[in-house]
Amino acid sequence: MALTLKVNGKSHRVEADSDTPLLYVLRNDLALNGAKFGCGLAQCGACTVLIGGEAVRSCVTPAGSVGDADIVTLEGLGTLNNPHPLQRAFIEEQAAQCGYCIAGMMMSAKALLDRNPTPSEQEVREALSGNLCRCGTHPRIIRAVLRAGRMMGKAQ
Amino acid sequence: MTPARLTRRQFAAGLTAGLGGIVVAFSLSGGARAQKHARLPGSLARTPKLDAWLRINADSTVTVFTGKVELGQGILTALAQIAAEELDVSIDRIVMISGDTARTPDEGFTSGSRSIEQSGMAVRYACAEARDLLIKLAGQRLNWSYDELTVQNGVIYAPGTKKVTYGELAAQADLRRKATAQVRPKPAGARKIAGKGVARRDIPGKVTGVATYVQDIRLPGMLHGRIVRPPRPHGILDTFDEAGVKALPGITTVVRDGSFLGVIAEREEQAVRAREFLLHNCRWIGGDQLPDPQQLADDMLSGPNTASVVSKEGSAALGATTVLEATYTKPYTAHASIGPSCALAQFKDGKLTVWTHSQGVFPLRRDLARALRLDEDAIRCIHGEGSGCYGHNGADDAALDAALLARVAAGRPVRVQWMRDDEFAWEPYGPAMAMKAKASLAGGKIVEWRYDVWSNTHSTRPGRGDGVDLLAGWYLAQPFEPAPAHPGGGDRNAMPLYVIPNQRITSHFVRKMPLRVSALRSLGAYANVFAVESFMDELALAAGADPVAFRLAHLKDKRARAVIEAVAKAAKWKKAKSDGRHGRGFAFARYKNAATYVAVVADIDVDRDTGRLRVLRCCAAADAGEIINPDGLTNQIEGGIVQATSWTLHEAVKYDAHGIVSRDWVGYPILTMPEVPTLKTVLIDHPEEPALGAGEAAQGPAAAAIANAFAHATGKRLRDLPLTPARVKAVLA
Repeated sequence: MALTLKVNGKSHRVEADSDTPLLYVLRNDLALNGAKFGCGLAQCGACTVLIGGEAVRSCVTPAGSVGDADIVTLEGLGTLNNPHPLQRAFIEEQAAQCGYCIAGMMMSAKALLDRNPTPSEQEVREALSGNLCRCGTHPRIIRAVLRAGRMMGKAQ
Repeated sequence: MTPARLTRRQFAAGLTAGLGGIVVAFSLSGGARAQKHARLPGSLARTPKLDAWLRINADSTVTVFTGKVELGQGILTALAQIAAEELDVSIDRIVMISGDTARTPDEGFTSGSRSIEQSGMAVRYACAEARDLLIKLAGQRLNWSYDELTVQNGVIYAPGTKKVTYGELAAQADLRRKATAQVRPKPAGARKIAGKGVARRDIPGKVTGVATYVQDIRLPGMLHGRIVRPPRPHGILDTFDEAGVKALPGITTVVRDGSFLGVIAEREEQAVRAREFLLHNCRWIGGDQLPDPQQLADDMLSGPNTASVVSKEGSAALGATTVLEATYTKPYTAHASIGPSCALAQFKDGKLTVWTHSQGVFPLRRDLARALRLDEDAIRCIHGEGSGCYGHNGADDAALDAALLARVAAGRPVRVQWMRDDEFAWEPYGPAMAMKAKASLAGGKIVEWRYDVWSNTHSTRPGRGDGVDLLAGWYLAQPFEPAPAHPGGGDRNAMPLYVIPNQRITSHFVRKMPLRVSALRSLGAYANVFAVESFMDELALAAGADPVAFRLAHLKDKRARAVIEAVAKAAKWKKAKSDGRHGRGFAFARYKNAATYVAVVADIDVDRDTGRLRVLRCCAAADAGEIINPDGLTNQIEGGIVQATSWTLHEAVKYDAHGIVSRDWVGYPILTMPEVPTLKTVLIDHPEEPALGAGEAAQGPAAAAIANAFAHATGKRLRDLPLTPARVKAVLA
């Protein structure tokens, strides 16, 4: 069946069953690489995207349940040539080793910064508590989110 | 074209398209120097031809080929730095090609923190020699003497206005010659790029969603596969509901070969559903009965083993002075990559192409050839990044899985990604280990030391010998056996760097493996350093000495002393009494006694009610010889400390008689963001010394520093890893 999804500001029609996990639609039908398959169990956060501004685990979200809510993936933040402050901050802090968890980290961070532009380090840690990183890049990730908050604050 | 900018099409084309590089035979009189018999540096010894390592392109870019692969450790950036440095070109002109059996040197595995030493030195000497050749050619072209020419960003200038670019000389620069290593690379003091904090080339792509990983490759006509594994190792597939699974939507093929069972579907979620269906609609028989996990250490200590002496000095008999004895253990631990293993495979015209995040595309190819009964020449393995692996995880196994499915996919490519429980239940684990230490003290010094370690092998990687070390190979109708396990890795860092006049260190290789094991970051060093450095702390306490002073009193190695003194200074180490809740611990090791020196001070806090141990802060000092990229080195050291904190506090593979129980992140928890300590790292640079591997150097010291901090906080010693709340409460009760 056909589904219509609003992803990164654009409407997309895809042929997929409504109970297809949103993650597979984003990756395989829309060729978006940001959200990653990590567990399929909503335990690791690698697949995190924003739906209506909320950080959501796309691996357990049926594509048919999203309706006309806005979906934002890592690609919706910015591009290589025109990166979002969060992306700039992660580059400036060199906040990735293998980087597999990073898109999910950044989307959880985006949801945090949108509701709290000046979080404390503890608030960043709590907001990212459901996102697992295995390389041990956590300290840099925290620094990057705090830096992004400052950059986004200045931009306003 | 940095790795970050690889497009899908380039992935799909297998990176076969030329880059305008020209390698034309051109004989230079006197060009070949007398070959010395000395061994060529790094991997040049195995692959001596210069054109195996680099190619000068007509557009003045340089393509550098390496057999080492990016695992998130930043190696491709570090190698690009080295090449840019020696060639005098900006780093953005270096194109890195890595891990491709059709294009790059065979450098075995990217493991053991040896990439700089092996590939880095090959690239350094090859590029230095290429630059020398280019300047000679420029001299002829511009009619100036060699010594008066200068190079800036790939342009060779003669005094005045005359110049020629590398690209203009590309056609003439014949690199199809054996390296001589007679052209000296730049001295340490002259380096401008290598040794500096160059930004990682892969990070911009990773934070913007550029296709980076094997998981991101989408080939035309690609199908999706999933594997259905037995409930326990070596289970035999009796029957399965073939009609039922074939009736599910999108299923193109169900593959059964003996007890290997896989499904292929048009869409990924269809393959996932079919696997789920089969997990509930298969009948498996037999399989391994796993031993009682509570008896693990006893089984190892009392079972058959092959002992070998690692070190023997002076008298082996312990004297009658103060004698201490302790036993330490480490459980099975998982690599637990965030992204489950993935591979793509395609059979076309009798040739197989595999896209893999294996750590060694050449060894993988050897085992694939055996398992599929193909010639190695008929297989091409191309590396693409995966989720961090930290050793031998499911990457290689997924490659055979994909190939077995692709074999019946009529030329269409098949992508296989393991599910979370596949990764946790079937990856080869880091082995369990047991360590017994015994020492005697006299006059505040260790006079005798006896240390025994029991361990399975730490490597069952593919490509080792006569056998197939790929999971699916053992389940085929005509099954293969793994190559015989050999001792190795368990004795890593069993020998302390300390000066102890009488010592005997013995490694006991335990051949029997109830669980499948292989290389996990630092191999035996993590557990051995945990044991040795915990024991050093116990001895310091018995001697009434400060833990740092006690180590220094037993060390001659100047660089070891400098690292210890640096961390003591940075952490403001001083003798302090504990309040019963907060503690501070110290530990030190030189990885493999030959690579990076790391010393760690850990500050912890213990909640006596919940038994929860928190690591608040870690301060580290590291000496990795010549530092190629300070920021990259810090990242490796700090990543190692955080990962080791997770291993030390939380991690153990859980199993019962029927199989693996820890199959998700609830069953196998790792350190979460709120638990991560704050970190501070001091680097000691020795530009004149060889660059040393650092990726595995911090784990052991971090673990022991945490355990020592717990002992400082509570006066009680935890000797069994991990340091769980249950064990904390038990020891404090």
